[in-house]
Amino acid sequence: MAKLKSVVELEAYRQDLQSGQDPHWPVVRVCLGPGCLAQGADKVARAFKTAIKSKRLKVEVKPLVKETGCQGFCSQGTLVTLSPSNLFYVQVKPEDVPEIVDVTLGRGEVLERLLYSDNGARYRSAGEIPFYKRQQKIILKNVGLIDPLDLHDALRAGAYQSLAKALSGMSAKEIIQTITISGLRGRGGGGFPTGYKWRRALETTQDNPGEVYIVGNGDEGDPGAFMDRAIMEGDPHTVLEGMAIGAYALGARQGYIYVRAEYPFAIRTLNLAIEQARRLGLLGKNILGAGFDFDIQINRGAGAFVCGEETALLASIEGRVGEPVMRPPFPVERGLWDRPTVINNVETWANVPHIIDKGAKWYANLGVANSTGTKIFSLVGKVKNSGLVEVPMGITLGGIVEEIGGGVPGQDRFKAVQTGGPSGGIIPYEFKEMPTDELKLDKVGLQPRGFLPVEFKDLPVDFDSLVRVGSIMGSGGMIVMDDHDCVVDVARYFLRFLQEESCGKCLPCRLGLKGMKEFLDRFSKGQGAREDIDALESLGKALMDGSLCGLGRTAPNPVLTSIRYFKDEYLAHIVDHKCPAGVCRDLITYSINPETCNGCGLCVKNCPEACISGKKKKAHAIDAAACIRCGACQDVCPVDAVRVA
Amino acid sequence: MTAKKKKSEMINFTIDGRKVQAKPGWTILETARFNHIHIPTLCFHPAVKPWGSCRLCVVETRYGKRGQIAPSCLTHPVQDLEVFTVSERVRNVRSWVLEMLLTECPASREIKELAAQYGITSTRFHITDPKEECLKCGLCVAVCHEVVGVQALTFGSRGVKKQLETPYRIPNSACIGCGCCVSVCPTGALQARLDTVRGDLSRRTGHGFAH
Repeated sequence: MAKLKSVVELEAYRQDLQSGQDPHWPVVRVCLGPGCLAQGADKVARAFKTAIKSKRLKVEVKPLVKETGCQGFCSQGTLVTLSPSNLFYVQVKPEDVPEIVDVTLGRGEVLERLLYSDNGARYRSAGEIPFYKRQQKIILKNVGLIDPLDLHDALRAGAYQSLAKALSGMSAKEIIQTITISGLRGRGGGGFPTGYKWRRALETTQDNPGEVYIVGNGDEGDPGAFMDRAIMEGDPHTVLEGMAIGAYALGARQGYIYVRAEYPFAIRTLNLAIEQARRLGLLGKNILGAGFDFDIQINRGAGAFVCGEETALLASIEGRVGEPVMRPPFPVERGLWDRPTVINNVETWANVPHIIDKGAKWYANLGVANSTGTKIFSLVGKVKNSGLVEVPMGITLGGIVEEIGGGVPGQDRFKAVQTGGPSGGIIPYEFKEMPTDELKLDKVGLQPRGFLPVEFKDLPVDFDSLVRVGSIMGSGGMIVMDDHDCVVDVARYFLRFLQEESCGKCLPCRLGLKGMKEFLDRFSKGQGAREDIDALESLGKALMDGSLCGLGRTAPNPVLTSIRYFKDEYLAHIVDHKCPAGVCRDLITYSINPETCNGCGLCVKNCPEACISGKKKKAHAIDAAACIRCGACQDVCPVDAVRVA
Repeated sequence: MTAKKKKSEMINFTIDGRKVQAKPGWTILETARFNHIHIPTLCFHPAVKPWGSCRLCVVETRYGKRGQIAPSCLTHPVQDLEVFTVSERVRNVRSWVLEMLLTECPASREIKELAAQYGITSTRFHITDPKEECLKCGLCVAVCHEVVGVQALTFGSRGVKKQLETPYRIPNSACIGCGCCVSVCPTGALQARLDTVRGDLSRRTGHGFAH
């Protein structure tokens, strides 16, 4: 494959590729995202390939099997999409494959039992399902559609079209202006205007000529988040293209993508994509004959959450210890090797080609003012439909959780949503009445600019609204909680995570997180006093003010918001020594309701401490002194006779 | 270059209402020290680059309507900035840091005295090592690297497990026994540790200890 020497050659090459494939050719798309992979998607894909190759299938055109990136509906994995019939099969197991091949591919009939069904309705295609209906896929447009390991497939879907457009007729200034007008804000969490960042970098280089560096931040460490992963694994070329456009605008010749070590597939996919792009002359020297050199290198993280912080990330790329340094100077002034460096999240980079392609105005019209475009969220926790969703900014929380997520499974009530990962806040379902003095105060930390008169359901999800309720957008994690989640326990979980991940450079973060966790440990044991809640709050504010980097500055968010919205639950732990959600082990007891217990003896068999006694067909009893409160009996009880109080 | 042009210009701002002047490149802390305004520090030493780890030197800065807490050892003043070395927020940070330091290095007399100035005499947190004096401020590591020019000391592990160590936890001969680390240590914790950096030299050289 020869290098493409001009934009015209690229388009001709693309034309060639597109005409080489019949759009009506049957394709089987198997989702190989992390969720489906865990369900054995690779086996499904292999089964399809062997079944199609074998003589079972008596049709003229043999369907193509594509292993795609994450298709989003992770709770229903493995997902299989068939085109051109547009059928969408869920929960496909390798055993189902021969039947799909026979019935659907061979005879063209629909396999009803594999269709997604909800409330009695069956949905034939993905677009009809409520989970997908409210989504607006822009960045994820090609994720789940193309084979991420094949550049040709990406080219057929229009990859590098925007780079060609930028190279053939746009000046650096025009590109930066387009990004500025589009209102794109950094998707890594801070929400800093991208266009402004680029302009600052360009101004710095004009004052101080020399190298500029471009960095893609793919160090996605939040528990329960996989947005960046889906992009890097599902459509790596959009990231490369975005970075190339940025490099062209800023005059950079070298780019880096920092990917965490826990994402081996993302690293493999990106490396392969870079290799393929280089071979076609879309990266490297003299890209598309425009006299523009740019290359990208992958840097693997080493498992430190703090390296998602930009200054720590840059230190890590340079080979220093991954510890943050004080900003200013910002990386756009002094970054990698003291040269101006533009560092953006990979999701931000993935937005760039779409903005260049369709124009700033189109993008600015998506979402709401000040938060334009779409945002990818990973919707996890106690929701029926968990997975990866892309929605326009400004959609309400209720829209995401209830309409897309389908609400809490079972009879339970929604309690709260945690946005923004471990550094975000816990937003309650119902805004509770709060004393007015609590709303006025505070130069520090939470900044309630007046009471928010909306209910959780109607809270728009955009950068500023989330900050107003004490949370952050973060990188887009969204964890839904119901009545069986204890906020004290959740806050403690996040603190433990952050305490382990703190770099330990500055004292407030290293010692403060440890101290905050000690407070919460005491609370979860029912110890502590009312004053301790205030002390914890003031310690949290000290951390927000005193810490060096974003990790420490946002770390108290879960604790502060949970105290703010769920103070009654904290008081229940401390004063009444009870855990209302039945989570904190030291405050709960398991007992068996003698009226419902049918004496089946399942709990006796499963109790690891052998502390359940009772005769067959008679009501059983738990020895509370010996019980370790593991909950095994509750999980196995067929009649729900085990109570937690 | 723009930096040269500005060199002659002094930066006028206020600290606690007092008008002060800073030379370009000075930090708030340097200006305060020049004007005999007290700001407590632990990890600052004029011989090394400011590192900003102890956060005791935080001050509240106000520029127009925007107020924020910033470490004075790393923050450069701008024209017309208002700096407050003591405010409610500043006190909050300092007193929590000091209370936590009482847990981290309970044996240190210096920390106890400093904490007592802020009215803190006891700590609510769990003390792991009652004999510990080191607060891991990083001054010794910085002076060894920046001033002496060797790397006989370093930090090992991360976060709460962070420890002052020799590289690879092996006593090394990079240490020339100059004692710079001991002299900059704010709590005197290195006094007892210096010997562990070089290890027992008699084993390597056949002669006794270096000092």
